[in-house]
Amino acid sequence: MKPGEARFYLLGERAAVLAVDAPAELACQRRIWWLANQLRGRTELTDVVPGMNNLTVVFDPLASDGTTVLAELEQLWSGADEASFTPREVLIPVRYGGADGPDLDDVARHTGLSPDEVIARHSGADYIVFFLGFQPGFAYLGGLPEALATPRRAEPRLAVPAGSVAIGGSQTGIYPAAAPGGWHLIGRTALALFDPRRDPPTLLLPGDRVRFAPEEAHHA
Amino acid sequence: MLEILRPGVQTTVQDLGRHGLRHLGIGQGGALDMPALRMANRLVGNPEGAAGLEIVLGPVQLRFLRDGWLALTGADFDATLDGAPVWCGWRQAMRAGQVLQLRGCHHGMRAYLAVDGGIAVPEVLGARATDLAAGFGGFAGRALQAGDRLPQGAAVALEGRAGSRPPQWTPEIRALPGPEYDEFSAAAQDALWTRPWSVTPQSNRMGYRLAGPALERTARHELLSHGVLPGVVQVPPGGQPIVLLADAQTSGGYPRIATVIEADLWKLAQARPGAELHFVPTTLAEARHALRQQRYHLNRFNWSAYGH
Repeated sequence: MKPGEARFYLLGERAAVLAVDAPAELACQRRIWWLANQLRGRTELTDVVPGMNNLTVVFDPLASDGTTVLAELEQLWSGADEASFTPREVLIPVRYGGADGPDLDDVARHTGLSPDEVIARHSGADYIVFFLGFQPGFAYLGGLPEALATPRRAEPRLAVPAGSVAIGGSQTGIYPAAAPGGWHLIGRTALALFDPRRDPPTLLLPGDRVRFAPEEAHHA
Repeated sequence: MLEILRPGVQTTVQDLGRHGLRHLGIGQGGALDMPALRMANRLVGNPEGAAGLEIVLGPVQLRFLRDGWLALTGADFDATLDGAPVWCGWRQAMRAGQVLQLRGCHHGMRAYLAVDGGIAVPEVLGARATDLAAGFGGFAGRALQAGDRLPQGAAVALEGRAGSRPPQWTPEIRALPGPEYDEFSAAAQDALWTRPWSVTPQSNRMGYRLAGPALERTARHELLSHGVLPGVVQVPPGGQPIVLLADAQTSGGYPRIATVIEADLWKLAQARPGAELHFVPTTLAEARHALRQQRYHLNRFNWSAYGH
């Protein structure tokens, strides 16, 4: 498959960006992960940051004006290969509903499904980590079944507990740390999404395949 | 060791920040006024990247528990050591048991305190900077409280006083057009460079929210999430720009009308709510030149003070 039209530009004096003008799709993102892996570890680059359909690389502005970085991005992208990226698989145990997922019934009402069907569909789908951002360890997941899409809450919560599994619009995600948030909380995991003492410090990495596994006694 | 007696509005342990972890959602952090921290460290003979304290307004009181050296840079406070005046921008000797007090702040917003040997809290993910949002790094991952005792690194042998003239704060903030600059109306582009932008009280280590004429974007499409860095000027749908700073999230989705050049980011760190800022267009070559000049200023201090 041919990649979409790519643009290459500088962001300020210390970053170069590759952005693909196309609807977000997995094939393009796989090329971005491949490119990120090629570039990671290079001493002249301080950060290599995948976004949705884009990649930002950070360099030392005293050492480079970005011209060579842009040229290299362009050259590597022309040979980018989506096939040679091997994803990891991560299983997330979730206690759905009850105090752990106070909005499960709201999602059920909005989607016209029963709470058990919401759980079955949410835990029956395969998800992909497109990239991380927002908080340390927060993964932007692709793959939420369309039937589960639910608009964000009118009133965001001031504090969403760490580990909450949530649906916001057509996305699902897990809050690594307590934070304000407007997504619907349908469950909670005991896994630590971010632990600064671990290596790597985040449970999920760009490109990972993720599944949710319901734990028993979710109506307790 | 040094002991916090009064922590002030927000005193945190900061260094030059974390790097190489943005792809995990882990932000940079570190001193908002990096040149001030670098200079404070140089004054007391530390490596530039040693950890010091970032002090937001006052009043702050702390006690030193060993003999050594201190330097205050950044905001210009009324500072005393056991009642005797301390000159901002100069190093001076301290004795175990002496109390440093910071009261009124004449200019600026954030002071940096360096002590010889640095604040020796453990490194977390490659830095000693405090990540307040995620709650790790620095001292217990939080702003300092009364009674906290901070470890101090090994003493550095220094002689006599040494000082450096602080950079002059002016409201001009040089910036480069951002990736979505052309998506804004001609009136918005004009307003960005010609109108004053006032710092709102909703400004913090994550970003400075500015108030001025609403900046209208003519393009309608939503942007896909992308990496952002300190200095990026985002414009949310309301049209009031936000300049991202050290504690900003690693990704964003708002259009980027401009990026503040690195050499001028310290001016935001020292701008108080209500201050008016002016964006001045510049070029990539000028931005790099300004950064080189800023580093040269630091190096020149080393040549004069230490002969290297």
